[in-house]
Amino acid sequence: MSDVRSQGTWLIVLSFVCAFYLSILPFPVWAEYWRPEWVALVLIYWSFVLPSRVGVVTGWISGLALDVLEGVTLGEHALSLTILAYLAGRLHRRVRVFPLWQQSLSVLVLVGINLLAVRMVQSSVAMVSEGLVYWLPCLVSALLWPWVFAMLKFFQQYFHVR
Amino acid sequence: MVAVFISLVLISVDQRTDKLAPLRYGLAYFATPFYIAGDIPSKISYALTKSVKSSEILSEENLLLRQQVLLLQRRVQKLAAMSAENVRLRELLNSSDLLDDSVRVAEIIGVDPDPARHEIIINHGRDRGVSNGTPVLDAEGLMGQVVEVGPFTSRVILVTDSTHAIPVQVNRNGVRAIAVGSGSLDRLVLTYVPDTADIKEGDLLISSGLGQRFPEGYPVATVMRVEHHPGLPFAVIEAAPTARLDRSRHVLLVHRDEGGLSE
Repeated sequence: MSDVRSQGTWLIVLSFVCAFYLSILPFPVWAEYWRPEWVALVLIYWSFVLPSRVGVVTGWISGLALDVLEGVTLGEHALSLTILAYLAGRLHRRVRVFPLWQQSLSVLVLVGINLLAVRMVQSSVAMVSEGLVYWLPCLVSALLWPWVFAMLKFFQQYFHVR
Repeated sequence: MVAVFISLVLISVDQRTDKLAPLRYGLAYFATPFYIAGDIPSKISYALTKSVKSSEILSEENLLLRQQVLLLQRRVQKLAAMSAENVRLRELLNSSDLLDDSVRVAEIIGVDPDPARHEIIINHGRDRGVSNGTPVLDAEGLMGQVVEVGPFTSRVILVTDSTHAIPVQVNRNGVRAIAVGSGSLDRLVLTYVPDTADIKEGDLLISSGLGQRFPEGYPVATVMRVEHHPGLPFAVIEAAPTARLDRSRHVLLVHRDEGGLSE
């Protein structure tokens, strides 16, 4: 059991590192609202397929790392990604049998909840007024989900991560 | 549940106090490689555009730069005389003289991914003696100030961030005002300016040095629009920052020896 469990942790870590990198990569100003929530996507993937290994704790740690990287209030993303990981863990049995486009819909909702939590924390610090464009990342993330899913699935099977 | 609770505690502690600054500073070691790696694509594109420029464009640019140098040199000649005169006048007035600030050049290596916050990351941190509140300029004007110092990098808040305000005065007549960031990169808003204040379109706003945070006399913005609404208690005044906030690659950090900065 312990033999099986310890397989491929490095791939999970690496996928998170890539997600961190992508989420602070400078974008041109017009494209900034089109940035998908990479860390949330990777977290959703792993908590769907490996709910026993990736869950609330991973969500919290990766959220804290994201807070430091983006220089926002510590705990902001930690909170939102914890909630996200918890919900994804609860949903994984149902979602795993969904076709890909239905999974995308659940990702839309999950990332939306994630953004909502971030927004609530932010609005307790300062006035934020961006309008509907703030929610664009969750749409982009949902559209990107099939590709993220396929890619991570490929790597997961290739390196036998269980 | 526990994780949610810890997050909530973290959020509230971090918002109300700065007790978490050491933790943040420690965690910044983890963030630095990401910032440096994140800068690589723009470095590459910069290097590429530099190396593939045709000689025609280069020679054209060279000519343009020569002309510019000539113009600037002429202006500097006048400036020497003027600054000498300035010092004399100040001596007459018996006021403290304007110290020449020492500056150092830093490079922008990252931009805040959240479009609602105008912050940039520069490649100087505590290792080069950057401290909280250090003013940041570019060639055209004031950009902002350092808000968070890490071991090798620091975060700079730009003047246009919606949580930032800077005391300014009109270069033409010395009228004072406060320029508040609007949240969009090309606009500052002057708040609480009476309708009768003598501010016109095209006026240059310079930092007034009040508040002891920014050095005096650096250009901040040019007034774009002045509106007087009979229904509003104050005039509506918008100004465009002179610094190229979204285009500069190198910035200047101003070090002042007098200190006088207290949190």
